Amino acid sequence: MNFQEKLLDSFIAFEQDVDLLNPIHKDRKDALKRFEELGFPSKKDESWKYTSLKSLVQKDYNLYAKSETNVELKDVKKYLLNDIDSFKIVFIDGVYSPFLSKTTHDGKDICVLSAALSKDKYNKRIKKYFNKVVPSSESLASLNTSYTKEGAYIYIPEGICPEDPVQIMHFSTGNQNSIWLQPRNLIIADKGSKIEVIERHQSLKDHSVVTNSLTEIYAEKNAFVDYYKIQNDLNTSSLIDNTFISQERDSNVSVHTFSFGGKLTRNNLNFYHKGENIQSTLKGITILEANQHVDHNTLVNHAQPNCESHQDYKGIFSDRSVGVFNGKIIVDKIAQKTNAFQQNNNILIDNKSKVNTKPQLEIFADDVKCSHGCTVGQLDKEALFYLKTRGIPEKEAKALLTYAFANNVLESVNIPNLKRRINSLIANKLGVNLGFDL
Amino acid sequence: MAYTEEELKKQLETKEYEYGFYTEIDSETFPVGLNEEIVKAISKKKNEPKWMTDWRLDAYFTWKSMEEPNWSNLKYAKPNFQDISYYSAPKKKPDLKSLDEVDPELLKTFDKLGISIDEQKRLSGVAMDVVVDSVSVATTFKDTLEEKGIIFCSISEAIQNHPELVRKYIGTVVPKKDNYYAALNSAVFSDGSFCYIPKGVKCPMELSTYFRINQAGTGQFERTLVIADKSSYVSYLEGCTAPSRDENQLHAAVVELIALDDAEIKYSTVQNWFPGDKKGKGGVYNFVTKRGICHERSKISWTQVETGSAVTWKYPSCILKGNNSIGEFYSIAVTNNFQQADTGTKMIHIGKNTKSTIISKGISAGKSQNSYRGLVQISPLAKNARNFSQCDSLLMGNKCGAHTFPYIEVQNKTAQIEHEATTSKIGEDQIFYCNQRGIDTEKAIALIVNGFSKEVLNKLPMEFAVEAQKLLEISLEGSVG
Repeated sequence: MNFQEKLLDSFIAFEQDVDLLNPIHKDRKDALKRFEELGFPSKKDESWKYTSLKSLVQKDYNLYAKSETNVELKDVKKYLLNDIDSFKIVFIDGVYSPFLSKTTHDGKDICVLSAALSKDKYNKRIKKYFNKVVPSSESLASLNTSYTKEGAYIYIPEGICPEDPVQIMHFSTGNQNSIWLQPRNLIIADKGSKIEVIERHQSLKDHSVVTNSLTEIYAEKNAFVDYYKIQNDLNTSSLIDNTFISQERDSNVSVHTFSFGGKLTRNNLNFYHKGENIQSTLKGITILEANQHVDHNTLVNHAQPNCESHQDYKGIFSDRSVGVFNGKIIVDKIAQKTNAFQQNNNILIDNKSKVNTKPQLEIFADDVKCSHGCTVGQLDKEALFYLKTRGIPEKEAKALLTYAFANNVLESVNIPNLKRRINSLIANKLGVNLGFDL
Repeated sequence: MAYTEEELKKQLETKEYEYGFYTEIDSETFPVGLNEEIVKAISKKKNEPKWMTDWRLDAYFTWKSMEEPNWSNLKYAKPNFQDISYYSAPKKKPDLKSLDEVDPELLKTFDKLGISIDEQKRLSGVAMDVVVDSVSVATTFKDTLEEKGIIFCSISEAIQNHPELVRKYIGTVVPKKDNYYAALNSAVFSDGSFCYIPKGVKCPMELSTYFRINQAGTGQFERTLVIADKSSYVSYLEGCTAPSRDENQLHAAVVELIALDDAEIKYSTVQNWFPGDKKGKGGVYNFVTKRGICHERSKISWTQVETGSAVTWKYPSCILKGNNSIGEFYSIAVTNNFQQADTGTKMIHIGKNTKSTIISKGISAGKSQNSYRGLVQISPLAKNARNFSQCDSLLMGNKCGAHTFPYIEVQNKTAQIEHEATTSKIGEDQIFYCNQRGIDTEKAIALIVNGFSKEVLNKLPMEFAVEAQKLLEISLEGSVG
């Protein structure tokens, strides 16, 4: 039995665990049917041309974690941002850990999806939003939908702006040799509210884990969402990260993706505009080595007039790593006065690494300003020489230039603590200590 | 000429394709359909040696096993390959010593097109290999070329007279199996041009072919092979205008360029096949495979102006195999009404220090769709490869679309790749400025479009640049509004 069949067959067992009367159960069943039709994407699909899941889905995975976990705060503390007071939603092997988390229902809902699903008072809202922005043509998203059970649930009511970011942490312990996780997050920012979220997937031990995660974000009128994804996992873990964002008028959503680790990482980041005067920002830094593979697949669908989108992805690749950027901007007929910008810059450190990039524009409106740029190159030799003449050793000089290269993305990170964290991750990655924060 | 916009629109909508007429030349046409016998018959008809017949048959069987591709960003009714006649040749094949011997009907055709061979011959110094329905009927300036040792003839003649050259090079750049339409062409190509420039020779004039699709219901399968031997230079022009037809016509040509060490080939195309009427009915399908291979220090430059065809689907490409070789691609693609274009280039960098430049200008108006699709590939061995790509799109009206699909695949760290693309419309202030100075809107647009395409137009040889500029104006007429 291959893994795809296993996923299809295990659904009956999964049904034992969930409330079959909940209205979303129909979504699950429909999604499973679609996954059965579509199957796993292959290299023949245009959007998977440069990334193959074959090696991942040929193996077998457990779909459920063993119940007992003995993860303590000290094991995971280094992955959390320091401020103790901030809200955290922590999952261990896909199971919610109340002990490590801090949630609330006071004035806003920061909790887990299973809790929200089980309470009647949330049902109306969940019915309104759940799975509404996810297109049925995506097989991995359908797979995630069919196994919807656990994940983060965040609802920020009108006009509320929590001060601290919410951290969504997924840890896998390696209690089982191989595990397939499918967290499902639902984030709703109501009118005029603001929310910052940091999401991270981390394995605590060397073992094979694949996460097929899906996050839905709804930004209502004038809402502000700032989302950060930190991908710095061990070389045995793979991540398929599906994010679907629906924006109403005057809203502002930005997603930053920092990909420094993992065996195979695929980011499907999709923005859908539902109103005018929307701002969307997509930024990312990718620094890879040792056979790692990161694929950024972005879509911004400009469906309404007077909206702006801004994409900026930087990549640095060495030691047989592969970087893929597949960005797509669609501007519909009525989306006049759209301003869309897309940029992808890459540096190749050695000849064994590879970059495949495909920035696409599909434009049907005439009064628009759309541009994209993409470069592949190396660090400027003259700049490097200049730094060396000033007594800066080669390694540090290279790191400095790399920082400068990635700085565009870093400077729009709004959480100082996070910025520091990412700075140190980059320094670590480059093997230098600059002795200062940038 | 003070039209209101409405009047202008109406007038232009009713404007018929200027070159839509039909010449009655006695032709001999094969029964429609394609099978092994037809392929053999074409080969026999052309009195080809056995290796050529076998080559065609091999391509035919490959074609049969292939599936029609459908990955492009195009929507069209798939041609029925059993509904096409694969061979049509003017019956009287005159032995031409002077222009007087050319079929007078044919001469009239050229007169209508505004290119009298006579004039071309005397004034512009262009040697014309005139192709009407696949068979070359007039070859001029042969003597001048022969003196230099340049071979410029139809490919069927080349198969007869220079089999060693044809056999050595045909199918080396575009293999029979390359793609569906290339395989089809390899099996049934009826004629085309062949050009060989010997070592160290700089071809003294622009070589030119003029294509016309003439017979109703005939497909056109041209095959062009240009070989520039070491240190030689040639500039090659290809241009076409086709008569207006209701049913769709298929044009599946193959062009192969071979630039040996230190050689340079400049290949320019002005394509103005019948684009279909304003309702999107009819028009030519232009599915062409064009590719060149560059050896050491050689250079291939493609320039194209695509204004015609209902559906254009082609990617003139360069394989930069030799070290220090250079590939260039300059393109203007204009689509209006219901035209669709999916065009671009492939630059395959294999040799060291190879350079490529891509400048693509897409202009879409009416309800047309215009796509740029390009590949820049840097292989692990291609040290210090350099590429610059720029694709600009101009949109007129909100019923058309402009799309960009650049593929960039880099496997060498020393590569430097830049790609940039912009999409914009003609600014109202620009038009206003022109109006203010007494230039009407139609003219103003022509002016702005010309400015937009200048980088590419400049790359065309003189004779073509003028024609191309006119074509741009004609194709965009009626798109104001």
